Amino acid sequence: MRTALRHIILLFMLMLSVGLKAEEKESLDVKSFIFGHTSDGYCFHITEIKGEPVCVWLPVIVHSKETGWHVFSSKHVCELKEGETYQSFYIAPMTDPKYPGKLVEVNAQGEIKRPFDLSFTRNAFGIFLVCGFMLAFFLPAAKKYKKDPMGTPTKYQGLVEWLTYMVLDGIICPSIPKSKVPKFAPYLLTVFFFIFFCNLFGLIPFFPFGANVTGNLSITLVLALCTYVAVNIFGNRHYWKDILWPDVPMFLKFPIPLMPIIELISTLTKPFALMIRLFANILAGHIIIMVLMALIFIIGGMYGAGLGAATSVISIFMMVFMTALECLVAYIQAYVFTMLSSIFIGMAQEEPKEE
Amino acid sequence: MELFLPESGLMFWMLIGFLIVLLILAKVGWPMIMGAVDKRNQHISDSLQEAQEAHDALAGIEAAKEKALAESHAEQIRIMNESQELKKQLIEEARNEARAEAEKIVADARLKIQKEQTEAMNQIKAEVITLSVDIAEKLLQRELSDKDQQSRYVEELLNENKPRIEA
Repeated sequence: MRTALRHIILLFMLMLSVGLKAEEKESLDVKSFIFGHTSDGYCFHITEIKGEPVCVWLPVIVHSKETGWHVFSSKHVCELKEGETYQSFYIAPMTDPKYPGKLVEVNAQGEIKRPFDLSFTRNAFGIFLVCGFMLAFFLPAAKKYKKDPMGTPTKYQGLVEWLTYMVLDGIICPSIPKSKVPKFAPYLLTVFFFIFFCNLFGLIPFFPFGANVTGNLSITLVLALCTYVAVNIFGNRHYWKDILWPDVPMFLKFPIPLMPIIELISTLTKPFALMIRLFANILAGHIIIMVLMALIFIIGGMYGAGLGAATSVISIFMMVFMTALECLVAYIQAYVFTMLSSIFIGMAQEEPKEE
Repeated sequence: MELFLPESGLMFWMLIGFLIVLLILAKVGWPMIMGAVDKRNQHISDSLQEAQEAHDALAGIEAAKEKALAESHAEQIRIMNESQELKKQLIEEARNEARAEAEKIVADARLKIQKEQTEAMNQIKAEVITLSVDIAEKLLQRELSDKDQQSRYVEELLNENKPRIEA
């Protein structure tokens, strides 16, 4: 069994090296395949039937400096052939060096510009899907609790309770002073379940799921910003005193406020690390799965269908493994983001010790 | 590099979606769930404490019952002992009384017998005297020469009066 496994892994590594070589040859295709799926997009591409793409079209909302607001279905721009434009807009190909896969405008001077893009993209759709799911999942339980707080909880309520208290007792309560828990728990719980459900939905590969929401920097930036606000706006006097006038020798804070500057920067690096960690972890997981899938077609294209089929066995095995791992990562990253957020918030709520 | 540039449009949607969910859940979601669970936890711990108190109270009652039972048992034994004692005493008394009575009766009877005996003796004495006097009278009346005849006569007389003597 073990030797068999070793052989499989060896074969796989061999194929991976071949695949990398192949990637050089067809790098354009693979790159746009992977990044087309992991980055944001204007439509949900489901499949192709007889060369015709089957898509769920999403609204495009753009504001051009010259022609004002434009709202139209992404069908018009997604089906454009090369060189065509719709209302002077078109989607730049994934190979475009400046705006890969983004909607761009050709203005009157023939320059290619990026309009202000408020399009309801795939990720926006994913966000609202998760938002709707969260409301649909938690609000009925809250309603039931409000109606009959002492009643025997149903199985569904038990599930909600278990999930809520897993976060509350496992993450929030150990890091935040007890009196502040009711103030910050709603934000932390919402963040946890938002990230967790986004991660899980991102792993489901078909419509309406599959949007790589938390693997997008814009989303993690907003989440990190929320944590930044929760830490610094609601931080108490002691916290700010520690930043602006810390207990260090005088020459470190006067006349050059060395320590205050370092402390101020550290308030920014904390949410920055949160942002990058979540983004990178989720994106990496998606890219690995996509690469494993691309490998089948690379090898199939280079060495014929037979070897491609052989690769697919290994690739699918690895993809199942990776997807299972990603389920774990989905939870862990939500856990880590929430835990660090609550630790930062808890640190900003600490009262000075009485001596 | 495009991957690392935040997209303002997506940030806008994200901000809207996330804040809406946060507001709704913070207003009517989490506080209800947490409040109800806390309330129930409080209720359960209160109930447990009450049950413990009731249990303790019951144990006290049980102990009191046990004690009362033991006391009544001791009382019962004491009463039984007492009655036993009393019984013995009564029997003793009755026996003594009976003995005394019997002794009295016996004494009376003895006295009576003695009296009757004396009476009888006296009667017999009187009888013997009368008899002797009678015999002597008769002897004196019959002057007898012969000693044999005299003796025979005495015997005859005695035989004659035999029933009297015997009586």
